[in-house]
Amino acid sequence: MSGFLKWIEERIPMMRVANMHAIQYPAPRNMNFWYVFGFLATIVLVNQIVTGIWLTMNFEPSAERAFASVEYIMREVDYGWLIRYMHSTGASAFFIVVYMHMFRGMIYGSYQKPRELLWVFGMFIYLALMAEAFMGYVLPWGQMSYWGAQVIVSLFGAIPVIGPDLVIWIQGDYVISGATLNRFFALHVIALPLVIVILVFLHIIALHEVGSNNPDGIPIKHKKGSLSEADKTKWKIHEYYTDKYDIADDVIPFFPHIVLKDLVAFAIFLFAFCYIMFFMPEMGGYFLEHPNFEIANPLKTPEHIFPVWYFTPFYAILKAVPDKLLGVIAMFSAIAALFALPWIDRGNVRSWRYRCGLHKVNLLVFAAVFVFLGYLGGTPQENWKIVASQFATVMYFGFFVLLFLYSRKEKTKPVPTRIPR
Amino acid sequence: MSNVSVDASESSQAQGQPQNNNRRRFLTVATSVVGGLGVAGAAVPFIASWNPSAKAKAAGADVEVDISGIEPGQLVRVMWRSKPVWIVRRTPELLATLGAHEDQLKDPNSEEEQQPGFAKNEYRSLKAEYLILVGICTHLGCSPQHLKDGAMEQYAEGVAEGFFCPCHGSKFDMAGRVFENVPAPTNLVVPPYQFVDDTHVIIGSEAEVA
Amino acid sequence: MRRVIAAFLLAVPSMVFAAGSNYPLDHAEIDLNDKASLQNGAKLFMNYCLGCHQMQYQRYQRTFTDLGIPDELGQQYLQFTGDKVSDYITSAMPVESAATWFGAPPPDLTLVSRVRGPDWIYTYLRTFYVDESRPFGVNNKVFPEVGMPHVLQELQGTPREHYETVMVDGEMIERYAGLKTQENGRMNAEEYDQAMLDLVNFLEYTGEPSRLESESMGKWVLIFIVVFFVFALLLKKEYWRDVH
Repeated sequence: MSGFLKWIEERIPMMRVANMHAIQYPAPRNMNFWYVFGFLATIVLVNQIVTGIWLTMNFEPSAERAFASVEYIMREVDYGWLIRYMHSTGASAFFIVVYMHMFRGMIYGSYQKPRELLWVFGMFIYLALMAEAFMGYVLPWGQMSYWGAQVIVSLFGAIPVIGPDLVIWIQGDYVISGATLNRFFALHVIALPLVIVILVFLHIIALHEVGSNNPDGIPIKHKKGSLSEADKTKWKIHEYYTDKYDIADDVIPFFPHIVLKDLVAFAIFLFAFCYIMFFMPEMGGYFLEHPNFEIANPLKTPEHIFPVWYFTPFYAILKAVPDKLLGVIAMFSAIAALFALPWIDRGNVRSWRYRCGLHKVNLLVFAAVFVFLGYLGGTPQENWKIVASQFATVMYFGFFVLLFLYSRKEKTKPVPTRIPR
Repeated sequence: MSNVSVDASESSQAQGQPQNNNRRRFLTVATSVVGGLGVAGAAVPFIASWNPSAKAKAAGADVEVDISGIEPGQLVRVMWRSKPVWIVRRTPELLATLGAHEDQLKDPNSEEEQQPGFAKNEYRSLKAEYLILVGICTHLGCSPQHLKDGAMEQYAEGVAEGFFCPCHGSKFDMAGRVFENVPAPTNLVVPPYQFVDDTHVIIGSEAEVA
Repeated sequence: MRRVIAAFLLAVPSMVFAAGSNYPLDHAEIDLNDKASLQNGAKLFMNYCLGCHQMQYQRYQRTFTDLGIPDELGQQYLQFTGDKVSDYITSAMPVESAATWFGAPPPDLTLVSRVRGPDWIYTYLRTFYVDESRPFGVNNKVFPEVGMPHVLQELQGTPREHYETVMVDGEMIERYAGLKTQENGRMNAEEYDQAMLDLVNFLEYTGEPSRLESESMGKWVLIFIVVFFVFALLLKKEYWRDVH
């Protein structure tokens, strides 16, 4: 190390941290494509922050100017359209990678002991992300921005006693107005990004403390002294890990191997991202809804109001319950159930590879139900859909109930102690 | 990235596996170069978006001014690119005095490129009668005052009319030329302009040389 | 590829944005690369629409540049409002009085193609018909109870609902069979359809003026990403030989 770098290292341990968390971090050898979504989510987060900063340079957060300033960005700022589309496409991309990331955690049991907090931090990120996305969607001040905000904020009105006052307090006015827009802008560009970045930091620290899970769901860190020299990894792994554990020959260093794998995944992701961004940024009305190209009009509700696609599963649950308060409770319970997943699943085996057939079916049905709910929540109400969404809501919660019941005395397959070659 | 290949080759030698270092190095460099180009390309829109927008350009477009109403000796101010531009109709008497104080000036012959080519003359203008200047001090951007009828005497001996910057005391004569021993380094800027006819001037562009 | 994805997305009957009508929409086969069509559309817009509808987010100059019209020519033949070529395309009609005349202010049309879609506008412009019960004497098939007169009538002629008598289950019934125009307009049916296609094309352009730039840039970006992908993949495989 050169003198200068040494001088810095003695004052701030940059190389040590880089080695510990990014270079000599032990990663399971068998991580498959499901494991790239955390990295992709980080990339999208960076994209959202950078393009977001650039958008604030020209966006005007007022009811009078918001819509026009977005069109100003789209037409008059050099490459403004590109930066705006990067941001709007990025919002949807964020949820795509986060949903994949969460599903990965579910199929390989990444939420189970000792990764409960890791999962909970992840859920908090998801929650903050939903708030961030919702407030961001209000900013262009189109019809969907306005009426979407109207519907979502009204949900708080369902809370007994304080509900109606709470709604007015959130709006800062008797209706959704410029005051609402302004505070959502402040939260969207400063408060929530800060919260998300801190949570992501905690998420990664928690991950590196307990170590990455893998598709076989088996540990790669073993009790000190329990592995023979031949069974230990030959790769250079940071002392932070080797001092406390014997690291099995099942790992590879994060750098360069995992980084290169992520890089390939990034290129594939980027291709899809750019394809959508350059050629179909509206994504058929899913990423940018058509009515949102019309300026907010408090006197005229669009014929159909849908949240953006990533909220529609929960919106369907809300609509399925014929009572306002119960609907809101059901919707929040659907998210709360995910939070509680580490304690609902009482099994000892993580990966679905070694769990019972019912578990696999349960997971796949859950994923299908989630997508179906998304469809129901994003399409106009019809009679058959009311029954269908009620059925799907029961199925959604049924996943957790079933899991709770069968996981206690589940018949699992024998789990290998080492990652199979 | 080059450090990487060294590290990795060390560790894989530890694994005792054969490898092709040349191929590895080539691919590392090639991927880094392509990736670097990508990052540079991605930066372009962000840098370009700081250029004046179509709105700013529209606001900064050429300004046409009707000068038929300007009295001899009068100064009018117009806005061009959000900056004050002065148009002074100089009297023949005033023009005659311009040569008298040249020994007190920093750059009497306009050697510095503070004016379009057509104004590099003793009057610093296209037509001697009309002085057109960007009314911003070349020191730190204040807008100087127009002092006339002897009011300039107190700042510059023997000069009856001129411009005086209240911020830091820079002084200019009625051709926008800066005096010695003031903070302003150069003469006032002459913007590009052209006469459409005897009574109309366009500020912002020069006549194309035929 | 793009069409397949778009078709797939549209097949999911989710984004219903036609206002309150199930009238089948005709497909508008438009081409943003067709400058002549765009210019003709601009001419129609400036002459027939701009009287009431604005395009307040779009500038004349940008429009002229993108459509390949020199500024002077554009100002002379297409610009009837504002005096500078850099002005926004605004209407001379005051919004308040417009609201009184038509019941609601005529909407801004800069982004109408992104709200309604080109097919809707194309069908809308061609499905006005005489309906004496309406204030302006006309109604519209895709926009029932429309609060706008048929300003293009002098081009199209007077369109009326046409019924034919058919036999169904042994009974003769009157059945709606489309609209027919009295041949009293300046254009025949084909010319009018083409003119409306041009107008829709122009509206599609103003909805998203960056569309063509986006697609030409996108092509190169995608090619670049493929090159990067190939190098990244080879590099990854090279290093992962250590692992397997």
